[in-house]
Amino acid sequence: MSFIDYFLSALFLQAGYNSALVAIGAGLLGLSAGSAGAFIFLRKRALVSDAISHATLPGVGLAFMIMVAFGSDGRWLPGLIIGSAISSAIGLLMVEWITRKTRLTEDAAIGAVLSVFFGFGIVLLTVIQTMSSGRQAGLENFLLGSTAGMLISEAATIAVAGALAAAFVFLLRRPMTLVAFDPEYAATTGVNVRNIDLAMMGLALIVTVIGLKIVGLILIVALLIIPPVTARFWTNQVGPMIGIAAAVGGLSGYIGAVLSAAEASLPTGPIIVLVAFGFFLISALFSPLRGGLASALRHQQFQRRVHRRQGLLSLARREPIYDGLTLRILRRSGMIRRDGVATARGRIAAQKAARDEARWAIARRMLPDDSVIERYDGLTPIEQMMTPDQIAEIDRMILAQQGAKA
Amino acid sequence: MSTAKLVAESGKIVDVATTDAPLTVRGLTVSYGNKPAVFSVDASIPAGSMTAIIGPNGAGKSTFLKGTLGVVPRLSGEVRIFGKLFAEARDRVAYVPQRASVDWDFPARVIDVVLMGLYGSVGLFRLWRSRHREQAMECLERVGMADFADRQIGQLSGGQQQRVFLARALAQNAEFYLLDEPFAGVDAATERAIVSVLKELKAEGRTVVCVHHDLSTVPEYFDRVLLINVRRIAEGPVETTFTAENLQETYGGRLASAHIDELHLA
Repeated sequence: MSFIDYFLSALFLQAGYNSALVAIGAGLLGLSAGSAGAFIFLRKRALVSDAISHATLPGVGLAFMIMVAFGSDGRWLPGLIIGSAISSAIGLLMVEWITRKTRLTEDAAIGAVLSVFFGFGIVLLTVIQTMSSGRQAGLENFLLGSTAGMLISEAATIAVAGALAAAFVFLLRRPMTLVAFDPEYAATTGVNVRNIDLAMMGLALIVTVIGLKIVGLILIVALLIIPPVTARFWTNQVGPMIGIAAAVGGLSGYIGAVLSAAEASLPTGPIIVLVAFGFFLISALFSPLRGGLASALRHQQFQRRVHRRQGLLSLARREPIYDGLTLRILRRSGMIRRDGVATARGRIAAQKAARDEARWAIARRMLPDDSVIERYDGLTPIEQMMTPDQIAEIDRMILAQQGAKA
Repeated sequence: MSTAKLVAESGKIVDVATTDAPLTVRGLTVSYGNKPAVFSVDASIPAGSMTAIIGPNGAGKSTFLKGTLGVVPRLSGEVRIFGKLFAEARDRVAYVPQRASVDWDFPARVIDVVLMGLYGSVGLFRLWRSRHREQAMECLERVGMADFADRQIGQLSGGQQQRVFLARALAQNAEFYLLDEPFAGVDAATERAIVSVLKELKAEGRTVVCVHHDLSTVPEYFDRVLLINVRRIAEGPVETTFTAENLQETYGGRLASAHIDELHLA
């Protein structure tokens, strides 16, 4: 079977029991990572979750050694998950303690905790390799993730913990939104900011430890952060952002796991992260709301509207126009002839522009506190922002003024 | 400073534990590191008043406000809100932080920010109903921002952002409003809108405290002042307390006497 055939059959869960299991597990992991990561991203604490994930390693090593010492296999996943959760919780509390009790900033605390825990974990793994247990092979898979030989019990553990994390996100969505946007205000309304922050990082911790097997501890931070960053391109609201982040995370996990299963030599974690990056890249370029192309296009259109308006006002005032872009725009829209003289259409449009300017000048004086004045961008035709009655009233005032002058 | 009693403006002695004034502060000290930003400040804000907290930059005005609300930890001192600890009187208080304290690129629309003021009454689990949205729209109406309800907050001007923050506090329907520099860097229309809302609040019998920096508008906007420069310099009605002498003491050499002459002082 070729790679493509296998990929397609795996994508639709037709490539055998084990790869279907892995794909569903990875999808659920990505779903919970995306939704939990949304708040971590909004709270600007992505790097704290990196410290948490690196701090899992000593826990994995110690849990393995303890289980072997008690005569069991040592690779029992729930045991390793509990061990990693305990050591990353200690790492998280240390980051928090250092930031709160010393004058060190959070980035310094993160750097210290991350490297020390990771270093200690690597030492433990090396010790385990020299131990004569003979069954140690596989612990290093927790660094970059591996889905080969995943058990149904392991997939079930991941599914349950992922669902738990998602429920947790739903319950805490309001206090977490408030703390992420405005922590001082949140404190005055009775939200315990420190506990919410800990809960937020607790979510990252859950996602990290259940993601150890599939994505691995080094890259799990990417699965927490890339989906919400991707989602941010598509929406300006927290609720939809969480939904999109969960969807991007879930799809990345699912597709990445299928790809990696199709070619056994591809490591699962990096592939999932690359798939997520693909979603990010597409969004960054093509999202109509905040994507790069749409922004550039909007900017260009806005610039053209400004030049057109400035050009028409110059025509109305009979001032010469020197700007090349302004001349091109006026010429192309038939406002001026090749030699720069206004056409009949151009003269009418110029008069209309000048009249609207005069109307706005009156409106600003008549309605200084009206929101229509605040919303005016200097370019939109007045008919789109005011009622005919208002415009008629303004025109009467202009006439009265002219009468007074005469 | 170390007495258990507080002397109110009238000269009457008030026990911190028995007063039910909106705000009673005794010996409040807050410090960042080893330098007190606010040192042993007393204050007592009567109900239905509008008080300006005045002092030079870095004098601890905002820190005083945050210290009373427990946003920053207190080193010492007693604070009572309506005679109670803040935690017990929380739902009677609304705080308007400085506009610059948040990231305005946050994914939220104007209406979403105002709805945050209703989190306390809606609770964790219940969904938004149309009446919540109507309540939020009324608050936006009061600050003249109803037309902007669906705008992304990042597209607002500074003055508009300030009005959204005020609308969020209005949604809390509190009795006591504390505002941190609501007039800093806002346009004239916003300043008018905010002042008229604050005067409405006062007319409804609510209490307002603002950290304020523009001395020239103090007599027009407020009826009481609290002068702070790390320590409390003076507190009382504008007519008797907003004097050249007190201002000179508060600002030291930083306020030229020529400037003081321009103010319409008592």
